[in-house]
Amino acid sequence: MAEPARAKPKPTPETQHFWDGTKAGELRLQRCDACANVYFPPRPFCPSCASRKVSVFKASGKGKLYSYVINHRPAAPGFTPPYAIAVVELDEGPRMMSNIIDCPQTPEALELDMPLEVAFQALDDRITLPVFRPAKG
Amino acid sequence: MRRNQVAVVGAAETTELGVIPNMSQIQLHADAALNAIADAGLKLSDIDGFATAVETPQQVAHYLGITPTWVDGTSVGGCSFMLHVRHAAAAIEAGLCKTVLITHAESGKSMIGKQPRFTAPDSLNGQFEAPFGVYGPPSMFPIPVLRFMKTHGITHEQLAMVAVVQREWAARNPRATMKDPITVADVLNSRMIAYPFRLLQCCLVTDGGGALILTSADRARDFPRKPVYILGTGESVETPMVSQMKTFDSSRAFGVAGPLAFKEAGITHKDVDHLMIYDAFAHLPLYGLGDLGFMPYEETGKFIADGHTRPGGKLPLNTNGGGLSYMHSGMYGMYALQESVRQMRGIAPAQVPNAKISVCHGVGGMFAASGTIIFTNEK
Repeated sequence: MAEPARAKPKPTPETQHFWDGTKAGELRLQRCDACANVYFPPRPFCPSCASRKVSVFKASGKGKLYSYVINHRPAAPGFTPPYAIAVVELDEGPRMMSNIIDCPQTPEALELDMPLEVAFQALDDRITLPVFRPAKG
Repeated sequence: MRRNQVAVVGAAETTELGVIPNMSQIQLHADAALNAIADAGLKLSDIDGFATAVETPQQVAHYLGITPTWVDGTSVGGCSFMLHVRHAAAAIEAGLCKTVLITHAESGKSMIGKQPRFTAPDSLNGQFEAPFGVYGPPSMFPIPVLRFMKTHGITHEQLAMVAVVQREWAARNPRATMKDPITVADVLNSRMIAYPFRLLQCCLVTDGGGALILTSADRARDFPRKPVYILGTGESVETPMVSQMKTFDSSRAFGVAGPLAFKEAGITHKDVDHLMIYDAFAHLPLYGLGDLGFMPYEETGKFIADGHTRPGGKLPLNTNGGGLSYMHSGMYGMYALQESVRQMRGIAPAQVPNAKISVCHGVGGMFAASGTIIFTNEK
């Protein structure tokens, strides 16, 4: 039997712009035109005021490490333990789950609130994941 | 909802708990249901209301051979049964049914007749969490805890003490899966699962089930067991994605459900004799103590480490040993409810002397949902 494959996102009509963005090297968020709320994950209305007038914009890609675990077992298919599963707080406000690259996967190296910047990791021709690395400078 | 209008008149767990390789999941439902029916001195044909989670109500109702006039299939994770109790109490009060059976069962360890959990790749969890390596509750539920520790000044040793104290309770319980005493060092040297949590800070994985029978308080006095009244109830949901919680410093779902139940019960925290806080992982009792308003979050770790929740302490917590040491089939809420009922009946293995009010607080998913039931044995 084949090894189970790494979990891969399957975009929906409401999230396609996000995955088109990562493929193009952009982290895209949405902002409400009525109340200016910035939100994630994607949906075609504002979860704060219910307005359907919302815009997609390119986020700064900057954020900080909000929290994480370093997963040892069981490991997800396609991952080699130990690996950190992080939640990043973006400068624009929303938080998202991600992985931290170019950084030892240790409690000593992964300091809460450390500044991070987005990077892009292609899984295949269709899907590119947003991941984060320690910010330079 | 009005206080003390509905009572638990039947309560039982499966005949066996732990590893049950000779029963499928649906038969575990039936085993628990038949035990609860016997406990209440009823026949299955007396049941006119039915609730269950994960399995559909029609599956289990048909398997049992009952014909309900009220059903509830609320399935929000391990606290589903707290929500069933709340909904059943409202339904009985509204006259939709007279005698409700609530069942839970899970072949969590042996995996017989249990559908595997599946995250669809086009769901929001499938798109925005699964690709980053989450794989089962141990990789997800502890994600908020480092932030909670930093914000509130909680230490690794305090989080280890949660497991140590609950093992003290489990040692008093013949049906507990793990009974041998453990130390903080044992916890902090146990196998790493998902930093910062180690094996002894993660729940057990076992087989089992439980069932409750509720009816109106005016009928409850005619039953063989001491009635346990529903004094207050609360429920809420937040998000199925742990990464999207409003904050990791607290749980919004806990903070809605718990205070709702206290308000409905008309009690203060000083009135609470016995407390259950669903402990899938060691941080949940700390969230619960804070979110339910027992104390500021900063004091929760010290409160447990100082021994206030251990046997003989002023706030007995998770007196069956909890999900960490008693049992955890996957949806532990039913076992927390069973322990509250035993404490209110005065028949718990580690009975809290003269306990009159028990607060039973549950979680569903990874802080996704919450339900709180406050019981009393005085009307």
